[in-house]
Amino acid sequence: MQETHTIVVPDVSAEVRQQLLDYVLQLADTSLILAHRLSEWCGHGPILEQDLAMANISLDLLGEARSYYQYAAELEGRGRTEDDLAYLRSAVEYRNPLLVEQPNGDFAHTIVRQFLYDAFHYHLLLQLQAGPDQQLAAIAEKSVKEAAYHVKWSAEWIIRLGDGTNESRRRVEAAINALWRYSGELTTPSATEQALQQAGFVPDYAAIQGQIDEHVARVFAEATLPVPQGVFMQKGGKTGRHSEHLGYLLAELQYLQRTYPGLTW
Amino acid sequence: MTPNNNSPFPTEDRIWQLLEEVSDPEVPVLSILDLGIVRGVRLEGEEVHVTITPTYSGCPAMNTIATDIRLRLLAEGITKLHIHNQLSPAWTTAWMSEAGKQKLEAYGIAPPQDATGHVLNLFGQDPVLRCPHCQSTNTRLISQFGSTACKAHYQCNDCLEPFDYFKCH
Repeated sequence: MQETHTIVVPDVSAEVRQQLLDYVLQLADTSLILAHRLSEWCGHGPILEQDLAMANISLDLLGEARSYYQYAAELEGRGRTEDDLAYLRSAVEYRNPLLVEQPNGDFAHTIVRQFLYDAFHYHLLLQLQAGPDQQLAAIAEKSVKEAAYHVKWSAEWIIRLGDGTNESRRRVEAAINALWRYSGELTTPSATEQALQQAGFVPDYAAIQGQIDEHVARVFAEATLPVPQGVFMQKGGKTGRHSEHLGYLLAELQYLQRTYPGLTW
Repeated sequence: MTPNNNSPFPTEDRIWQLLEEVSDPEVPVLSILDLGIVRGVRLEGEEVHVTITPTYSGCPAMNTIATDIRLRLLAEGITKLHIHNQLSPAWTTAWMSEAGKQKLEAYGIAPPQDATGHVLNLFGQDPVLRCPHCQSTNTRLISQFGSTACKAHYQCNDCLEPFDYFKCH
């Protein structure tokens, strides 16, 4: 890299700094894994415009992931780079929630996964950009405008599929049944997040849950889809307990760097 | 071009002029100043600091732009160049120059409409765009995502030509 990134690390205790590193890696991993999933569609989209849309969203998320990894490398301060963090950590070290690693399935599964994440992501970034951590605020300020386009896109597709043909309806309902159980983890704080919430670095999820629920309910209503109730919520990804899918994904994502260590363009 | 050792070291004004000659690799009709991505130029003796900001988080043109800046300034004898990448305040299409918007339209890309406000308005209406080919305002959105991260894809209902829209950000 020939540019320098001015990264401001907050003046906090070593313990909080470690927690912040874990959280920034969680944000980075989440963006990277979802970006990778979307990139799997490249060349396979149902129509050209939607193929491009998924590649565009993937690119935005990848850019966001890079900003987080650069910040994480700075917080860690042990000489590891953004590439080391993305390419040389194993599945149990990844901190992304389970939702984003779920396979693409059909287009309806991809859209439901995307919408559930986008609705959370958008409201999360609005909070982070007003938070006490300068670097996270700067990344969020940049990314929230992109996330607004993402959630508009996925919401439109939820509506089109739900209020579309019998077949599109059947498929989007099947996708909601399969994926809803992973939505709760997004706003269920891990021990690290709880500790950082007390210091103000992680937003109060209880406070944004209402906005997310309202957003999802509004879109589902327009799609004539019922909002699932009383579903048991899976969790584990944020503490490194992943579904089997992540290992396969990382095998592909990290293949080149593992096979030819240190390879660069 | 080769550096002329007899000429004085470029002034800050001269550096801005040189940056005007660096174009966006994806929309070559625009200079990086038209785009509004150069946020500052600072001279410390013979050390030059240029601060740029990305248009989109994942914009793949940023590395090329940084290289192009380096090469253009090197040709004027500036060897101690520091390029700083700044995220905040986040780039907005409101920083695009009026000249830049006119150049875009002449190039066949609809320029961004009033950038303030509606990007974060999730349930708002899409802006009414003028077709850069036939000037009709009878146009429709094909996709919010186009050939590059910064563009949406539209079509004119009158002349039927598809066109890019440099979307608000």
